[in-house]
Amino acid sequence: MNSCIVVVPTDTVIAEPTNVTGSTSHHGIEVALEFKLVEHPTEPLKLRTGEEDSGGRKMGREAAGQSQMSYTVEQLVAVNPYNPDILPDLENYVNEQVSSQTYSLDANLCLLRLYQFEPERMSTQIVARILIKALMAMPAPDFSLCLFLIPERVQMDEQFKTLIVLSHYLETAKFRQFWDEAAKNRHILEVVPGFEQAIQEYAVHVLSLTYQKVPRSVVAEAINVEGVSLDKFIEQHVAKSGWVVEGKGEVSLPRNEFNHPELKRTSSAQSIPLDRITRIFPLLG
Amino acid sequence: MVGHKRYPAPLLYLQLTHMDEPRENVEPEAQLTHSLQLEPVISSNAVGSRNPNQAAMAASGYEYEDGLQSSVDGGISYDPYFVPDPVKSFVVHLYRHIREKNVYEIHQMYETSFHTLSDRMFKDTPWPSVEAVAQYVDNDHVFCLLYREMWYRHLYARLSPTLKQRIDSWDNYCSFFQVVLHGVVNMQLPNQWLWDMVDEFVYQYQSFCQYRAKMKSKTEQEIALLRQHDQAWNVYGVLNFLQALMEKSSIIQILEKEKEGLEQFTATDGYDYSGGSNVLKVLGYFSMVGLLRVHCLLGDYQTGLKCLHPIDISQQGVYTSVIGSHITTIYHYGFANLMLRRYVEAIHEFNKILLYIYKTKQYHQKSPQFEQILKKNEQMYALLTICLSLCPRVKLVDETVNSQLREKYGEKMLRMQRYDDESFALYDELFSYACPKFITPSAPSYEEPLVNYNQDAYRLQLKLFLYEVKQQQQLSLVRTFLKVYSTISLEKLASYMEVDESTLRTILMTYKHKTHSVGADGKTISNADMDFYIDDNLIHVVESKTPKQYGDYFLRQIVKLEAVIGDMDRVKLE
Repeated sequence: MNSCIVVVPTDTVIAEPTNVTGSTSHHGIEVALEFKLVEHPTEPLKLRTGEEDSGGRKMGREAAGQSQMSYTVEQLVAVNPYNPDILPDLENYVNEQVSSQTYSLDANLCLLRLYQFEPERMSTQIVARILIKALMAMPAPDFSLCLFLIPERVQMDEQFKTLIVLSHYLETAKFRQFWDEAAKNRHILEVVPGFEQAIQEYAVHVLSLTYQKVPRSVVAEAINVEGVSLDKFIEQHVAKSGWVVEGKGEVSLPRNEFNHPELKRTSSAQSIPLDRITRIFPLLG
Repeated sequence: MVGHKRYPAPLLYLQLTHMDEPRENVEPEAQLTHSLQLEPVISSNAVGSRNPNQAAMAASGYEYEDGLQSSVDGGISYDPYFVPDPVKSFVVHLYRHIREKNVYEIHQMYETSFHTLSDRMFKDTPWPSVEAVAQYVDNDHVFCLLYREMWYRHLYARLSPTLKQRIDSWDNYCSFFQVVLHGVVNMQLPNQWLWDMVDEFVYQYQSFCQYRAKMKSKTEQEIALLRQHDQAWNVYGVLNFLQALMEKSSIIQILEKEKEGLEQFTATDGYDYSGGSNVLKVLGYFSMVGLLRVHCLLGDYQTGLKCLHPIDISQQGVYTSVIGSHITTIYHYGFANLMLRRYVEAIHEFNKILLYIYKTKQYHQKSPQFEQILKKNEQMYALLTICLSLCPRVKLVDETVNSQLREKYGEKMLRMQRYDDESFALYDELFSYACPKFITPSAPSYEEPLVNYNQDAYRLQLKLFLYEVKQQQQLSLVRTFLKVYSTISLEKLASYMEVDESTLRTILMTYKHKTHSVGADGKTISNADMDFYIDDNLIHVVESKTPKQYGDYFLRQIVKLEAVIGDMDRVKLE
């Protein structure tokens, strides 16, 4: 009987296989290793909370005091991702991301992979949540990355078709159509808190790339807010993001290297990374 | 050389904790003959006719991977137990060289002698069975595993493996990897061989998935065998073996330590000059490339890139020591970046490798990998064409590469940028030609009506890719206008493009969004050479000029000059 050891380098042990079972058919690696999870390795992995772009946009706040479970799930994904037994943990983790407004692309991709390996175990509800979370991560291409792993016939499902349409609108900056469609499908989207804010942040990001001065009406359409709420929204951004309200119903957006290209030129790479210079250190002496 | 000297019973390899007997490959239930013997072609007894899928494949432009060669015909007789003298001599010498760790000699035999013999004597038949040659190599278990690995590789390359042979090859890989993982294997093998092993392992997995997905023409016997051996080429097995090799070899830590100068790995090309073995380390290293490849086949580009991350592809490394590995790494890296919409990165890397191939391919003309190199070369030109159509940054491409590109795809590229129906057909064509052979990793459901689903994975990736291309449809038009004007009012541009102003705004924002991708670190990077910003109702166009990189050039010349001076100094002293 064969057995195979999947070994983690001992100095970073976080999980020890306590029981390696052999398989009756000969040479497959028995992947159902039982893991005894050891607490507190040296360097806890940080939960990814999303990207920050030039606008300083953060997606979701990091859950105050990372829960023990999400911590170990991240470790599992990093060290033992090709293991069908972690599927329930990953599913729980998706629900946790939803409820605590956090996000982990790697863990979700890992789960989608496992669904790919064992399609009978796929839960469309979980997949829908993953997709919504991915939408919230825009401008990152996470939504496409997830779609690559979902079989075509599953994508034919009604709610996935809706999500794909929503993604299409966002990718092509058709905000008005997006918000209309989103309103019609509130029941799908409201399961994930923070959805609206995340999309608004993406909208602001695109506006910041494009405009130095943007008409109020364009902002209103992009973030789906009008009237008094719009004033409040703009006020908040005046306070924290450097927006300036101009006359004539316009808003000035803060300067960044994308809407002020002269800023970009000055920071362009005339600098040479240090490790290249080190090559000639021996010659300079 | 006839006859061989007897060598002392080798303890080439340390004791293993669990050591299998060399497996008996007889399956009493299935009534099949010895695994290393050639199976009769399973065709005439099949229920229903074998569908020729070739026409459908050719039409879609997606290549048929298993070749159209048939198994050995009745005409050529093959006796697996007959060992011609050249083969005897070959195994004896190879065995000796492995024991004596003559890496150079091993490489010569592996790279040249094996292929010469194959061409001369085994064009259409397998090599003699391992049982027949074992007596000449003291029945050394690990040598037999190595020999079997070469045996199956030869089979896959020249003939068409049967299901039983596929399963047996899997068993062989398992045994071999387990040997490597379990204990310290006391041999040094050439990097070429170690790379070929990982490469072939992934290739056979891909081939198996393709084979398994063609359910329509499967006989009941085959289906029964598939169900029985569901562990063979199981996706978990494949991935976990690669992962295990990577972890057990501690290759990531070694590479880290190397950066701090505490370890020697790249400097010695992975070889161990202190009496140890390079096998586990180098297999672990190449497994990272293997994982990248498998993830690309599954459509998970993000994770694939993560697996490759410990290897710094901006530098030379062990991955460049074997040209096959270099090309495979960059091909998949570039493809993954293309799917992640990081076009500039993809263009950058494709450019480098295509230039490299152009300069060095003459040295590989005699090598058995030459055809593969050429094939990948063509595919990468196609991918580069796609990248440049979506992200026109021709200045990033070297002049030599550019002229080759214009020759092969110049006209097509022009048509692709028109974004009419014909251009989508061209995107389809190039993508289908150049993409990896995507696979469906899950086992088929044997109850449902038997269909061929081997194209499903490919169709999905193609569909999503074309979807992305469609979203970028307007960008090319915007760019043409940006090239002509330095400022233009929204009104005017809207009228030229025949859309209303609010639609124009969305188009412009799309342009901005699509040309600013999110990098690996989460930061936004601009890919565009033509950029703009909107102030009031006026569009101001900005053309980004990449400043000439003098710094790098000077650095390189300084180092070169020092080398020349050093050489000249040495001449004086002699």
